[in-house]
Amino acid sequence: MLFTSYEFLAFLAVVFLLYYILPRKAQWILLLVASYVFYWLAKPTYLIFILTTTVTVYFATMWIQKKKDRFEEAFQQKKKELDRDARKALKEQERKREVRIMVGCLLLNLGILAVLKYTNFAIHNVNSVLHLFGGKELPFVNLILPMGISFYTFQSMGYLIDVYRGAYRAEKNPLKLALFVSFFPQLVQGPISRFNDLARSLFEEHRFEITTVSRGLQRILWGYFKKLVVADRIVIAVNTIIQNPETYSGGYVFIGMMFYAFELYADFTGGIDITIGIAQTLGIEVTENFRRPFLSKNIKEYWNRWHITMGSWFTDYIFYPISVCKPMLKLNKKAKKWFGDAIGKRVPVYLSSFVVWFATGIWHGASWNFIVWGLGNFVVIMISQELEPCYQWFHSKVKIKGNPVYECFQIIRTILLMSCLRTFDCYRDVPLTFKMFGAMFTDFKISHFSGASFLGLGLSGGDYLILFMALCLMFAVSLWQEKKGSVRETVARKKLPVRFAVWYGLLIIILVFGAYGHGYSASQFIYNQF
Amino acid sequence: MKKRWIRVGAVLLGCAVAILGIGLLQRLLMPKYMHGIVEGAMIAEYYEEEKNHDVVFIGDCELYENISPAVLWEEYGIHSYIRGSAQQLIWQSYYLMEETLRYEKPDVIVFNVLAMKYNEPQKEEYNRMTLDGMRWSSSKVGSVKASMTEDESFVEYVFPLLRYHSRWNDLNKDDFTYFFKRDKVTHNGYYMRVDVKPAVNVPAGRPLADYSFGENAYLYLDKMVTLCKEHDVELVLVKAPSLYPAWYDEWEVQMEEYAKEHGLKYYNFLETIEEIGLDFNEDTYDAGLHLNLSGAEKLSVYFGNILAKDCGLENRRGDAKLEAVWTEKLAAYEAEIKEQYEKINNVKETPEE
Repeated sequence: MLFTSYEFLAFLAVVFLLYYILPRKAQWILLLVASYVFYWLAKPTYLIFILTTTVTVYFATMWIQKKKDRFEEAFQQKKKELDRDARKALKEQERKREVRIMVGCLLLNLGILAVLKYTNFAIHNVNSVLHLFGGKELPFVNLILPMGISFYTFQSMGYLIDVYRGAYRAEKNPLKLALFVSFFPQLVQGPISRFNDLARSLFEEHRFEITTVSRGLQRILWGYFKKLVVADRIVIAVNTIIQNPETYSGGYVFIGMMFYAFELYADFTGGIDITIGIAQTLGIEVTENFRRPFLSKNIKEYWNRWHITMGSWFTDYIFYPISVCKPMLKLNKKAKKWFGDAIGKRVPVYLSSFVVWFATGIWHGASWNFIVWGLGNFVVIMISQELEPCYQWFHSKVKIKGNPVYECFQIIRTILLMSCLRTFDCYRDVPLTFKMFGAMFTDFKISHFSGASFLGLGLSGGDYLILFMALCLMFAVSLWQEKKGSVRETVARKKLPVRFAVWYGLLIIILVFGAYGHGYSASQFIYNQF
Repeated sequence: MKKRWIRVGAVLLGCAVAILGIGLLQRLLMPKYMHGIVEGAMIAEYYEEEKNHDVVFIGDCELYENISPAVLWEEYGIHSYIRGSAQQLIWQSYYLMEETLRYEKPDVIVFNVLAMKYNEPQKEEYNRMTLDGMRWSSSKVGSVKASMTEDESFVEYVFPLLRYHSRWNDLNKDDFTYFFKRDKVTHNGYYMRVDVKPAVNVPAGRPLADYSFGENAYLYLDKMVTLCKEHDVELVLVKAPSLYPAWYDEWEVQMEEYAKEHGLKYYNFLETIEEIGLDFNEDTYDAGLHLNLSGAEKLSVYFGNILAKDCGLENRRGDAKLEAVWTEKLAAYEAEIKEQYEKINNVKETPEE
């Protein structure tokens, strides 16, 4: 059930009505039932996988929690009898036991994810090697990929690790944990929430409050605007270009690259707006996943603003653990010895970053395109960090830092850089991506930017006009949010007729100019596939 | 308290304005079918009629382009109407029949059997031309459900704005001219064409793997028979004399058997082309697919005779009320004939550049 389908809107309306009609104590149970119905409607067999994750994580966390509690009790009694080293040894012994449970659960769940998502990718690579040596190729296997598996697996693993770390206590009620794992608005494309961020508002009772509900509906509208008016319209031109690389080369690659950047932004942020809006209408606060990434002045800032919950997940659960693990600390020492302090201290950081970006790439999809894209980000970030002293020197000599024109240049540079990296999402394989990227310069013709060329991409003049105005509106809203805060709050302070005109106008724009319904193929959100 | 009521009033007013706005927008964006493809406007015209017909024809273009109710009235005093639409599928005909019988009880309902060839939903565009014009009732709901192709959605029939919103890019003068009103595009359901295009090369029918009519088609034909029996209306089956699409002998056998089995009258006018006096060098406007005015009038004279004699329809000329209605209709009929001929002559007289 796509977020943009009529069925989903009907489903949402029923859930919303029941949510505020039923006794407030039953609200979270209703959400659990709704989430499972939502998942069951996608494909009943998917339930097996989400249930497996929920059950294993529940038992693993409860086991860890029980062990922690028992150990704490015993430790408090014994503490006085033991010296410092003995206490440390005891704690270490206990930690190892808990690690075993956590790692077991992690391996099982990440194993499920890996098998379902990456088996055919592995077979493809093995076949490539076998092909070189004339060996017999392995057949591909037909595996299902449950909806949102990357998101709910990561969310559950985050919870498991947090419980192991003692960040909070394990949830005793398995049904509550089941809701945390399966909460339907964020099941298919995130954000990847943390238990302590989401749980309170997810399980507490909510009164119907017109302000909260209307703010949620406004956010949903804005999400649909981005998805239906921008993303699902521009995708027609993007697909025309990227699916026909022989025809659309040179300047078209640049057009496709930029259009894809806008499409991805409108699609993903639109989806998250809908998710957060739905949760808000139910009185639930979901973590923000974007902070106007297209206003970033450098790549590092961009990644602090784009898909924030994924970035923080990788930082907290991969980057830091790897950075401070024993082998890495040993390597740190050795590197300092071999290369000196300045370079040596960077080795573990870059090594951890490499692992994080490799994981980020492969998390996005089982293909070399995503891996190269992830590593591309790593290289760009590494280079920009290495060049930091040069920037500082430049800024000390040329006083342009803070200059609006220079800031615009930085923003455009970042958008272009990110868009270049994103071309790996577009073309079918890595060699073709490099080839098309090169063709952008070698096959460039100014005629590719003519009106006739644009009109040959499947969109009419009217479509381009709508796109242009919609992108201007999105940019204006981003700028307003950056400088002055929430647009919804600003509109809310206006008189009723103005408020009515704004939101009714937005609804009409979506209804009329949205690319939906008959004649448009319903396209799922890009991040649903991850 | 007063403030609260003002707030409630404002909210209600806002809702009313919002609904009205969306309603007007929907009206603007829905196709008007006033020029070019006019078939989409045919179904809705029926509701403006006084519903006391002797015969109602229900079916596809083989009826609404081949039978002239004006001739039936002039020659036999038969008051008739054609509930036709492009590629009208048999379940659509059934639900139109069901709906018609809610409004009136004609003596005879005539159904053209070419629709038996379709067993499944076909094209959304054609569905729309039949279904959008129907008024909401259980018949329309049934017809929509039976007709929808895989990529159609019921909600888009309930709120056509969701289907036609993308027409914002195609809005033309007609959309504003016919925002509140509609012109008539037919004469009691008859779509008139006076131009001529002789049938020179009639395409032969391709051999089929299976000539049996589908289960679904038979199901709805059975339902038609039952419905007519329940309402004491005679159901007459016809096959119009269109030279193509092909009407296979195997289909003919099945129809004859069905008619015999159910005690229905069945007339295949393809077999009586000469008797009717049709000349496909001058009686068709699209090379044998449909009849033009001349052909439709010849067929109407022929079929009117059958309806009067075999079905015992009385001549209602002399009914003052009907005479008045038809005087007006015939004037419009003649005016359009004149207008169409004038247009053709103007085109002929225009020198080529």
